[in-house]
Amino acid sequence: MSAPTRAEVCVVACAEAWRGAGELLASPIGLVPQVGARLARATFAPELLLSDGEARLVAGVWPVGEAPTSYEGWLPFRSVFDLVSNGRRHVMMMPSQIDRHGNANISYIGGDFRRPDVQLLGVRGAPGNTVNHPTSYWLPRHSTRALVPRVDMVAGVGNEAAAAAGPGANRFHDLRRLVTNLGVFDWNGPGGTMRIVSLHPGVAREEVEEATGFELAADGEVPETRLPTDEELRLIREEIDPNGVRDREVRT
Amino acid sequence: MSDKQMNEDEVVGELRSGMTLGIGGWGSRRKPMSLVRAILRSDLTDLTVVSYGGPDVGLLCAAGKVKKLVYGFVSLDTIPLDPHFRAARQAGAIEAAEYDEGMVFWGLYAAANRVDFLPLRAGLGSDVMKINPDLRTVSSPYGGDELVAMPALRLDAAIVHQNRADAQGNAEYLGPDLYFDDLFCMAAERAYVSCEEIVPTSELGQVHLATVRINRAHVDGVVAAPNGAHFTSCEPDYGRDEMFQRAYVEAAGDPEGWAAFSRRYLEVDEAGYQTAVAELAAGAEVTR
Repeated sequence: MSAPTRAEVCVVACAEAWRGAGELLASPIGLVPQVGARLARATFAPELLLSDGEARLVAGVWPVGEAPTSYEGWLPFRSVFDLVSNGRRHVMMMPSQIDRHGNANISYIGGDFRRPDVQLLGVRGAPGNTVNHPTSYWLPRHSTRALVPRVDMVAGVGNEAAAAAGPGANRFHDLRRLVTNLGVFDWNGPGGTMRIVSLHPGVAREEVEEATGFELAADGEVPETRLPTDEELRLIREEIDPNGVRDREVRT
Repeated sequence: MSDKQMNEDEVVGELRSGMTLGIGGWGSRRKPMSLVRAILRSDLTDLTVVSYGGPDVGLLCAAGKVKKLVYGFVSLDTIPLDPHFRAARQAGAIEAAEYDEGMVFWGLYAAANRVDFLPLRAGLGSDVMKINPDLRTVSSPYGGDELVAMPALRLDAAIVHQNRADAQGNAEYLGPDLYFDDLFCMAAERAYVSCEEIVPTSELGQVHLATVRINRAHVDGVVAAPNGAHFTSCEPDYGRDEMFQRAYVEAAGDPEGWAAFSRRYLEVDEAGYQTAVAELAAGAEVTR
């Protein structure tokens, strides 16, 4: 088994977000999180539910980019909304901007809301996801463009904003982790700010600090992100992502 | 039993400028595109459009039909962003009410149930509360959390596309997801269902009666529109026309390209559109 690539380290770091989650819907957005969620279910989190992104709950392990072969349930969009407010879900979203307090933006960049410089998707389900159930994030290119002091629009609700909005917002608010191509982060720094959890092998702390638009907290010596096991590498390479789409999202 | 069959132009004849129009489907999936194309050909204007947005929104924005858009997202699914929607927003050309997509669901559900609002958590703590300054929160009368009071999204008219329908307006979806088409119909004063094929009532529900989710009590017009959702998907009758969707996006990139696209596909009637689509597909077969 050749040495793991950066993309494969990221896959495992994403998978780890769902460790111990139990029977809930893992909703990964992005290729690496998709591989990660399927890896988690194939190994240490077998209770997870996974959808095909359309309207079905999928059974077993299936390769990314291919149609599943067996199903265990029906999950149209309306049921996903029900599940969001019911809380048995942990989403991993891809923000265009994310900030120190965990606010995330997928709506627009620059200008103001009435006339944005760059219109993106719209807030989608980010406001509801973040106040209803665990939320993690995936960022394939860690940069000061994405990790900003303050997002232009709060689509995903951060810690400070949730606390300020009261118990209705805060009761089920649960930011878990941000995985980037450089490391793993959470919001357990002072006052719920972003903290370095681990850096991927070969990544220097200075590199991360330079690519981040705000000060990152850290507890002493920062550990390395764990490497995939041989069995995890086999599953990633042979069963879940045989065509290597993960390498398109994260260049080594 | 009344026969509600109409054609696209007759449906458009019942719509008025300034109306609030709900459009069913989701992203680039099962959109009532033949009805949207008929609106593009009409002199309707100043519409408030409520949609889980896809190319329906993009095309209506490009044609200057939209005064205000109510949405959670606009996406072409396999292509994340719709170019015309972006251009309209970036020009400040349309009013926008951007909500969490679950809030849109709740707004339609409130309208369908004839209540002023429904409470939910989504929106709290986010800038959705700031960009929609009319949004209010509501305290629980039972001592629980203060939540968002999502106002009813009442529609003057709704258009949706289904796989099959009978002439009376009972309609059936055969794909994996109804989306919110039933709620769009129930939230509207007048609802129009286009479908791939109008069939005798006895032929509905043959897979399972649960596929007949829209009933005639909520439907005012039925339009036979084979390939009517093109270029969005209409499973299992057909998938999304990815080649055409790419052509749509590429054409939007420059004014000349868009003018040529419009001449070929939009400044023609529905039969002309379907002929041009068939010619494009045949051309692709030859070059393959």
